[in-house]
Amino acid sequence: MAAEFHFKHKHILSLEDLTPDDVELILQTAESFKEISTRAIKKVPTLRGRTVVNLFFEPSTRTRLSFEIAAKRMSADTFNISASTSSAVKGESLVDTARNLEAMSPDLIIIRHASSGTPNLLTAHVNASVINAGDGTHEHPSQGLLDLFTVREAKGVIAGLKVAIIGDIAHSRVAHSDIIGFKKMGAEVTVSGPATMLPSYLEGMGATVCSDPREAVAGADVVMALRIQQERFHDPLIPSLREYATYFGVNRQLLKAAKPDALIMHPGPINRGVEIDPAVADGPYSVILDQVTNGVAVRMALLYLLMGGD
Amino acid sequence: MPRAKTGAKTQTGAAMLLRNGRVIDPLNQLDAHADVLVRDGRIEEIFVGGFKRRPPTHCLDLDVSGLWVVPGLIDMHVHLREPGQEYKEDIASGTRAAAAGGFTAVACMPNTSPVNDCRAVTTQILAAAVGAAARVYPVGCISKGSRGEELAEYGEMRAAGVVALSDDGQPVVNSQLFRRALEYAGNFDLPVISHAEEPSLSKGGAMNEGLMAIRLGLRGIPTAAESVAVYRDLALAGLTGRPVHIAHVSTGEAISLIRRAKALGQPVTAETAPHYFTLTDQAVGNYDTNAKMNPPLRSEQDRQAVLAGLADGTLDAIATDHAPHSSLEKELEFDQAANGIIGLQTALPLTMELVRQGVISPTRLVELLAVNPARILRVVGGSLAPGRPADLTVINPEKTFVFSADSILSKSRNSPFIGRTFTGKAVMTMLGGEITYRDLP
Repeated sequence: MAAEFHFKHKHILSLEDLTPDDVELILQTAESFKEISTRAIKKVPTLRGRTVVNLFFEPSTRTRLSFEIAAKRMSADTFNISASTSSAVKGESLVDTARNLEAMSPDLIIIRHASSGTPNLLTAHVNASVINAGDGTHEHPSQGLLDLFTVREAKGVIAGLKVAIIGDIAHSRVAHSDIIGFKKMGAEVTVSGPATMLPSYLEGMGATVCSDPREAVAGADVVMALRIQQERFHDPLIPSLREYATYFGVNRQLLKAAKPDALIMHPGPINRGVEIDPAVADGPYSVILDQVTNGVAVRMALLYLLMGGD
Repeated sequence: MPRAKTGAKTQTGAAMLLRNGRVIDPLNQLDAHADVLVRDGRIEEIFVGGFKRRPPTHCLDLDVSGLWVVPGLIDMHVHLREPGQEYKEDIASGTRAAAAGGFTAVACMPNTSPVNDCRAVTTQILAAAVGAAARVYPVGCISKGSRGEELAEYGEMRAAGVVALSDDGQPVVNSQLFRRALEYAGNFDLPVISHAEEPSLSKGGAMNEGLMAIRLGLRGIPTAAESVAVYRDLALAGLTGRPVHIAHVSTGEAISLIRRAKALGQPVTAETAPHYFTLTDQAVGNYDTNAKMNPPLRSEQDRQAVLAGLADGTLDAIATDHAPHSSLEKELEFDQAANGIIGLQTALPLTMELVRQGVISPTRLVELLAVNPARILRVVGGSLAPGRPADLTVINPEKTFVFSADSILSKSRNSPFIGRTFTGKAVMTMLGGEITYRDLP
């Protein structure tokens, strides 16, 4: 692959670390890989002999599978370690797990962990590249990148678009990566949700904070609903899912304020009828399944850019 | 360069003359060049303008020109981890670090294992402190087991040697119990030290609440977790008419409350720690667990408020909250890592930065690190008056050094200041006339 711009990063920990040129290179690389997944024989030998470890300390279906498919389509050898099979349940510290993995010389470790910053800690103890597949309430950079890819594929551009994100912004790693990514690529980002999930200092990340979701989606080109993550609630943030659906759910009524062709996105898994109305999730402008498809291409690009060189 | 001498106390003979230092002794209204004569473990005399008589025989004559001679520094808030967690620190190692930092006395918090909530543990601590490189003043628990349910035995602990009471490490949540503690402590003339924290606001938090916490995805602890608790403590001090001392103040809101209470004549005192006037939540950076403590590092506005509080007298003392932890507690996921940093060897150098920046005067430094801790704890020290035990610290205000991991005398190395270049440090520490630390040519 002829990349005009050389990718300088060893790890993908946060979209904050990437320049717009880095993001552009990832998206262009992903475009060229997307076609592979449409072939009858969905496999290229590019990463043959490379070893990828999926180290998942939190449950995940979509992300883990997406990375595994991406690695296998590139012919890398993949190994999955999940929380229930890892030594963490035997009391091994993350640093010891890292040292043991390192002793087996993997080329790349993909980590998901409930504690923010764990991928950063891992990089201090391994020589392998590390991809953050979601850490606590920090970031989920590959999700942010596939969201950028999906919007650009549908809209042709990212710069100048208005992106509205509705939900638990404070505790969503997807929202954090999306705010950083869309701002970095020149879009305008507006966020809304219950005030318990929307601290005012979010403005410091570059997003416009609106109390009223209708105000947030006004004139939006992209409307993203976030999953209500009951498992992350340390304290009561909303009185009930029903009330949340009424006042903060993305439904046809709310979307009247957005552009008629506004893209509908959701990082999944969906709580139908809570943060998103089924009619909207399955509607003509929904790209929720495209996000999943594109996730494979974007992750193939990340694997290639981190391991493809000599 | 001769190696700094540390560790076991060094007998220096019966008499010693510290010649031509700048003697800063605020309690005796002294800031002048003077000679200090120490004999038989006590300050014998201070000669402003120079010692005129013949020195006594066998007198060690030490030229300290260009150096400051101040009352021995007192750290009123340390964790020595003995008994129970000696792999992190013990009384011998902690007091060696104290001496190297210029301290002649430390008050050790009771959250050991077992906690110091009874005569037996206090006695054990004081037995281990015999021959230590600094005076050790045990702080006893406010409540049995530090569980916040029943009063501990203040009379018995006082008889065994505690100088103050605190459930430090955790707040006394039950307001009625805290009220009773203030009242009952009055019978035994024991100061009560409050770890002011409203746990329902701080629960699960790993750093200061704000943009940095959002960006790092870490659960925040709002400043209100401190100020709500400080307000309660002040209200109960008012209700009981008893003094309260607020530990490790980190927020501008709490400082405002304390300033107002002092203006109203309430008997409140307060301390902050060097990290709160030096660092902000930006120091958490790349999930550095050596920037994790409780209360957490706050915003730049809070740091500025701490500086103002130190300068205007709202804050009475600088105490380290020296909290040794091994890599077992610190080399972890950030939200799993233990709170706290060591501080005994960096407290004076960090406070000297404030003097160099013109935030506080040398006299104020001595008040914050020696005079006021002695006054609040009602212990000997903080003064160079003739007849007092010769606890003193010699400071070289111009000595530049890099704080290296190798120079750490604690058993633990959890400091965010490793690698920092300082100007100003203790070059000699004297405890009862005996040299406990020396870094002089």
